[in-house]
Amino acid sequence: MFTEYDLAALWITLKLAVITTLILLLIGTPLAWWLARSRWRYKFLFEAVVALPLVLPPTVLGFYLLIALGPHGPIGGLMETLGGSPLAFTFTGLVIGSVFYSMPFVVQPLQGAFTAIGERPLEVAATLGASPIDRFFSVAVPLARPGFLTATVLGFAHTLGEFGVVLMIGGNIPGVTQVLSIAIYDHVEALEYTQAHWISGSLLLLSFLLLMSVYALNRRFSVVKP
Amino acid sequence: MSIEARFRIDRDDFTLDVDLTIPERGVTALFGPSGCGKTTLLRAIAGLEASQNGYLKVGDEIWQDEQKNLLPHQRPIGYVFQEPSLFAHLNVQRNLEYGLKRLRGVTPKVSLKHAVELLGIGHLLERKPHQLSGGEQQRVAIARALAVSPAMLLMDEPLAALDMIRKHEILPYLESLHRELDIPVLYVSHSREEVARLGDNLVLLEAGRVQAMGTVSELFSRLDLALAHGPETETVIKAVVAGYDEEFELSYLDFSGGRFAVAGKRLPLGSAARLQILARDISLTLEHQTKTSILNIFPATVDEMTYEGTAQITVKIKIGSVAVLVRITRKSASELGLQLGQAVYAQVKSVALLS
Repeated sequence: MFTEYDLAALWITLKLAVITTLILLLIGTPLAWWLARSRWRYKFLFEAVVALPLVLPPTVLGFYLLIALGPHGPIGGLMETLGGSPLAFTFTGLVIGSVFYSMPFVVQPLQGAFTAIGERPLEVAATLGASPIDRFFSVAVPLARPGFLTATVLGFAHTLGEFGVVLMIGGNIPGVTQVLSIAIYDHVEALEYTQAHWISGSLLLLSFLLLMSVYALNRRFSVVKP
Repeated sequence: MSIEARFRIDRDDFTLDVDLTIPERGVTALFGPSGCGKTTLLRAIAGLEASQNGYLKVGDEIWQDEQKNLLPHQRPIGYVFQEPSLFAHLNVQRNLEYGLKRLRGVTPKVSLKHAVELLGIGHLLERKPHQLSGGEQQRVAIARALAVSPAMLLMDEPLAALDMIRKHEILPYLESLHRELDIPVLYVSHSREEVARLGDNLVLLEAGRVQAMGTVSELFSRLDLALAHGPETETVIKAVVAGYDEEFELSYLDFSGGRFAVAGKRLPLGSAARLQILARDISLTLEHQTKTSILNIFPATVDEMTYEGTAQITVKIKIGSVAVLVRITRKSASELGLQLGQAVYAQVKSVALLS
């Protein structure tokens, strides 16, 4: 079954996925709302940046993050001047990398859901006395519920499976930055196929169950919608 | 007390430029062909459409001028959109309460119960919007707009998205709103029928500008407007229920030019009603016919005449002070020798009692 290192990697993987998803929901929701509703003509620039991790090799993203977060990079340097330590090869660094890496998987479903709501329900809410913030929470969020569900699960599941970015900026330190996907790699390198099977099978099952739940639930929601 | 509105809105292909004073009583219909700007005007009044140098004063309160511009949610309005637009995630009851919960300290003039009764939706409260028919959804949407006790009810072609049957299901409710509530209503429509049935005042819009304003009766009988022409030309007369003949089941309705006898529904004595007469349902004679099946014959004078194509003439006659349009053939006019100021008798073959 799982070794002590594998369990540590599982724990770090889950912690990373949960924290990343929460952060992404917090910053992704206003970003998606803005992308869905703004009529600014250069908005496509932001859409392209958000979508970049979909096409970029994760190592490219990881490489730039490594430089930025390292002691000589702008962010790592800033951290050092502020009396902290550089973020490369730390769990915080992993979280930052994951947030970028999984961003489109959270922002795009939300943006799609907000766009699908359209202007009308919000106008109705306005004529019924709801302020902009009130309209967002009482109308937009509930109507975008399938989008939130998809965004949460995709963000979570995608972070579970990340490899390249984590390898570049996490450095594969067991108990600190070693996640499951890299643990599998290590086991295969060491020809420990049984271990690799266990972890791979678990990840496969977990990801499948998560995605299956999303699609099943969203089908139920879409039946409820007119 | 009245509503003063001035808006100028420039679009690529269209400019709305209006300056109008709307009476703060009854139903004012904004009428015109599609694309004339009636919906844009309504949205500007609601604050949903931005306008430069807009001005809006409702009663004594300024809603919009150079210094001030209330946001949509700060304007005490009820708005009914063309499509019902209920919140899909809330059931009927919670849709109705949505605006009510946000009133903040204002005591509602219209109780939710009253709105529910008026629109006949008491049995639907637990349902979700997708379980309702289009007509039911629109009734809920109207009740929801009323439940906030608006200073003004804005309705944007609330019947346009519905089929004939649903339309006739909702019209009686709209008529009763009109009778029972003292809320000014701005009603956008491109249907003559709805304007005739519901409107008290009329604003005619054409290509973003106000073409004419006045009461429905007045504008419907103006020969210089397009309304007076076409096959459905009609006159709307306001009358008061003066009696009922039990034996023959006829209602008597008094207007300033006389009394109509009309078959049809019995209305309470003294209540206001409106009568609709198609121009082609009136004939003119020079002498008072006595041996005739026609019940409603009035002495009148010829006030104006205009050609309607080449074979027909539309005649505006005055019965007392009330203007009525009559459509006759050019041949008949020539044989009667009709002239302006001439005394005639108007024989009204059929009258519709609208409310």
